[in-house]
Amino acid sequence: MPKAAKLDLLLEYADGLPDLPARYQDHPELMERVEECQSPVFLFTELDSELVSVYLTAPIEAPTTRGFAAILQSALTGQKPKTVLEFDDAFINALGLTELVSPLRIRGMHGMLQRIKRQVREKLDASN
Amino acid sequence: MPYPTDPSNKFQQYAHPEALVSTEWVDQNKGSDGLVIIECDEDILLFETGHIPGAVKLDWHTELNHPVSRDYLNGKDMAALFSSKGISRDDTLVIYGDKSNWWATYAFWVIKLFGHEDVRIMDGGRAKWVAEGRELVATVEPRPQTEYPVVERNDKDIRAFKEDVLAHFGKPLIDVRSPQEYSGERLHMPDYPDEGAPRGGHIPTAASVPWAKAVNEDQTFKNIGELNEIYRDQAGISDASDVIAYCRIGERSSHTWFVLKYLLGIPKVRNYDGSWTEWGSAVRVPIVKGTEPGAVPVGL
Repeated sequence: MPKAAKLDLLLEYADGLPDLPARYQDHPELMERVEECQSPVFLFTELDSELVSVYLTAPIEAPTTRGFAAILQSALTGQKPKTVLEFDDAFINALGLTELVSPLRIRGMHGMLQRIKRQVREKLDASN
Repeated sequence: MPYPTDPSNKFQQYAHPEALVSTEWVDQNKGSDGLVIIECDEDILLFETGHIPGAVKLDWHTELNHPVSRDYLNGKDMAALFSSKGISRDDTLVIYGDKSNWWATYAFWVIKLFGHEDVRIMDGGRAKWVAEGRELVATVEPRPQTEYPVVERNDKDIRAFKEDVLAHFGKPLIDVRSPQEYSGERLHMPDYPDEGAPRGGHIPTAASVPWAKAVNEDQTFKNIGELNEIYRDQAGISDASDVIAYCRIGERSSHTWFVLKYLLGIPKVRNYDGSWTEWGSAVRVPIVKGTEPGAVPVGL
């Protein structure tokens, strides 16, 4: 995919990042900060009827970060926990964004994925 | 044909008022022939979400660097880049961006390596334009290609290399990173984990003057009285100084380079772009940890 098309797609994702449900908007303290990201990015996962839901926020003035968050949100929400835990980190490189963005940004995305997995693992352990 | 300068009172206090323009001036002059507005942001998608009408995007990450070696693009590639963006040699360039014009001043510095004469920074950057509710558009107007000349890059005057720094001890060095990076407490910028170096600390004798000290909350540059206090009184820089500024990869230090050279009018200022990612990884260079600048190393 040509570079311009990739940027357009990333932007579409950024614009499509769903708003947080009220239960998190009203309780930001429940969310976990993704320290690996340069911008303030917060996330929370839920495990309900054995399916994972992922919620992420990132500021409007950080569209690249929002784009990444939306890609992960869309790929992981509605999946079984096992699928999420086995999600290959190499997926991030396979997106073909590495030439477009700096290594810092790629690490931020890995940080998001790692924390999502960790939260899912904790919730699975708690329910067993 | 260089554009008339912005006569705003605010800029007259600086050594080179012609290097700055206000958001108001840009709003009034945008779209005119001979003037090219350039946006250069840290976030590579910000331009796409909306930009000053007629602005051209400059992506520091993909467009200013040599594709293979750790260096900037050469004269031939610069000519091709600027020609494709419809920029002519005698155009007035106005650069603005996010994060207090941090990346806009980086682009400014790289462009100056090629000797483009009339380059200016929009004071307050993207944030000020947005805060003032000025128009942003997402559309990109195609610009006719130009024939920007091939100009060989001149690294002598404003760019410093590791060898220059090794020969510089005794003359002013400014470390513009956070205090924690300076002392070696942190190997990387807060919020930028992992982009570090094997060793932490600073170059011996360097003064710690974090780059953001030069800007106000609204991302405009501080006035000359405050800048003189910071750089002349506290850091001991004078017009006779030969200064080298550095940070991590030379992007924050180009902001300070701009402030020293264009706002304070210090004639000899260079940006050491290898900065800490090079110095902190280099074999056998002297390093000082802690909050004191340290002494000139002996026996180098």
